[in-house]
Amino acid sequence: MLSIKDLKAKIEDKDILKGINLEIKPGEVHAIMGPNGSGKSTLASVLAGREQYEVTGGSVTFKGKDLLELSPEDRAREGVFLAFQYPVEIPGVSTTNFLKAAVNEVRQYNGLEPLDAISFLNTMKEKMKLVEIDQALLKRSLNEGFSGGEKKRNEVFQMAMLEPKLAILDETDSGLDIDALRIVANGVNKLRTSDNATIVVTHYQRLLDYIVPDFVHVLYKGRIVKSGGKELALELEAKGYDWIKSEVNEGTEA
Amino acid sequence: MDWTNTIDLKETILSNSANAIQGKGYSDAIVARKIKALESFEKSGFPTTKHEEYKYFNLNQVLKNDFSIAADSNVNADEISTFLLKDLEYHKLVFINGRYTSELSTILPGDNLVITGFADTDQAVLEKYFAKEVYTANDPFAELNTAMAQHGIYIKVLKNTVVKYPVVLHFISDAKSINPLVQSRNLIIAEENSQITVLETYNTVGNKISFTNSVTEIVQHTNSIVDYYKLQDDAANSVHVGTTVASLVGKSVFNACTITLNGAMVRNNMNVILQSEYSEANFYGLYFTGNKQVVDNHTVADHAVPNCQSNELYKGILDGASTGVFNGKIFVKKDAQKTNAFQSNKNILLTKDATMNTKPQLEIFADDVKCSHGCTIGQLDEEPLFYLRARGIGIESARALLLVAFAQDIIDHIKIEPLKTYLSQAIEQRLSR
Repeated sequence: MLSIKDLKAKIEDKDILKGINLEIKPGEVHAIMGPNGSGKSTLASVLAGREQYEVTGGSVTFKGKDLLELSPEDRAREGVFLAFQYPVEIPGVSTTNFLKAAVNEVRQYNGLEPLDAISFLNTMKEKMKLVEIDQALLKRSLNEGFSGGEKKRNEVFQMAMLEPKLAILDETDSGLDIDALRIVANGVNKLRTSDNATIVVTHYQRLLDYIVPDFVHVLYKGRIVKSGGKELALELEAKGYDWIKSEVNEGTEA
Repeated sequence: MDWTNTIDLKETILSNSANAIQGKGYSDAIVARKIKALESFEKSGFPTTKHEEYKYFNLNQVLKNDFSIAADSNVNADEISTFLLKDLEYHKLVFINGRYTSELSTILPGDNLVITGFADTDQAVLEKYFAKEVYTANDPFAELNTAMAQHGIYIKVLKNTVVKYPVVLHFISDAKSINPLVQSRNLIIAEENSQITVLETYNTVGNKISFTNSVTEIVQHTNSIVDYYKLQDDAANSVHVGTTVASLVGKSVFNACTITLNGAMVRNNMNVILQSEYSEANFYGLYFTGNKQVVDNHTVADHAVPNCQSNELYKGILDGASTGVFNGKIFVKKDAQKTNAFQSNKNILLTKDATMNTKPQLEIFADDVKCSHGCTIGQLDEEPLFYLRARGIGIESARALLLVAFAQDIIDHIKIEPLKTYLSQAIEQRLSR
């Protein structure tokens, strides 16, 4: 589904990604872990098409298409979804109106009829239950004055509405208390099917207790330096990132 | 017919002045005021960019056009139908070339309103309120209007009356065969314990250039509320200068919203004089400019007495090579203690060629006041744009959504629903073309 080959990217004059390789198949959950500044969020942003980052090498193929050639909106329409680490507050735009525009643009791109008002509201009601989000919240301006937990629940709610093929959760656990974390994780789990895949970008193992990954990758200094199963996350939790750092640094020195 | 074809508009005006002033049924005092205004205009002429208040409002090119003093016209109901408000019951006052046209107007029954032409109005009342404030005397265009406006309209809301239907003044210029100069003059009096909603709109029939110079004076007595709207969505080549002066002579509330969507050069002067304690003025503005348009909003919140409040928010979206101007004056006189005065002007520039000149001007002579002002000029933020795009919304739609959102808090202050709808649609249309 997603094939990343030797991906390199920079912001301004700073190289951040220095050759990422990753293969993701439908139905899989991949966790990307790593210390601060290792490039985790950059990877998420580059996949979603954030323009501040310049791709300097490598390729990304998504469902057979060159993802890097697509605009951010076309990536979304093809089925890529980025759950933002810091969801943006947009005064004057209600979540409901914005989502209706989004859902219908995605449907149009995929040759589907737009949803009428009633079907849209029905779908919304159904998906709201997934993340236990209140309708009153959705009438308000997008994320404006929302608590950290409400913002993240809103992200997963949007994901439920858009039904992406590839969901990228960028530090979705940051700023969440344990109850909110459980709600958000449950939402994500319920959306898992054998057709879609999830990338969970996180600093801590905590989230992975709830969203159990098939693969764990450790990103350090812009490269994936270690991959393994879910037990790798537990090992990192127990030992910290230092042993990885020293392994890598020894490797480069040798 | 006394159209003339001299290139110099000032000369045209002066040679028509006798006709505008004499023999209209005005009292001697009103005639004297008009003559004084004419002399003042004769001396000043049209303001050039050397005039501090007209620094960015360069009329040079406009005045090269051959304007004529607008005369009677045969514009009919079909020609103006698109300018009327849909889905709204309202007192419809249609003015063609500045003259109230009863055949095209509808005054609904049941509202305690007095509506008369200046000539048929009690001259003593006119003498009391007509062109009395400094804000009409100081401005060359307002003085020109005081001298030359031929068909003033007087609207009085009687004591203890809440006017049920909005009063809409449709000012329509006939520019089918000439470039008309149209001067309309309105005096609105809200008596004690009264409430009224007024909307002014400006439109042009025909393809020639319409130049409207209008003055609206509003006088509010104790416990009155006036909601005043001005919508400028005129032809792209039209020129408009409008002066509004609201005098809050009794403790009252004045709410205003000035919206400019079209016109080659548009100048809105909004002057509010708080003359009675515990009065309140809220004035909002929205301008959406494009091409080589110039839109200039000059506002004054004049706090003459203590314990009054003024809130002001003007927002602009500037596209193309257009120019926006905002000048916001807040005067707090020496005795006006406990004044609360707030002012904000926010702008989004959509292109590199668009220009915004904004200038807050606070003159505060009292020492126990709360005054604040702020202005921003910037581009559309990248982060919200990316957020919307990352959800599948195309870049153009995302931009439109954000710009409508930017304008939303002004639109939210509009209490006339159909006007609100009209405005939202007009903005969306502008954005999608």
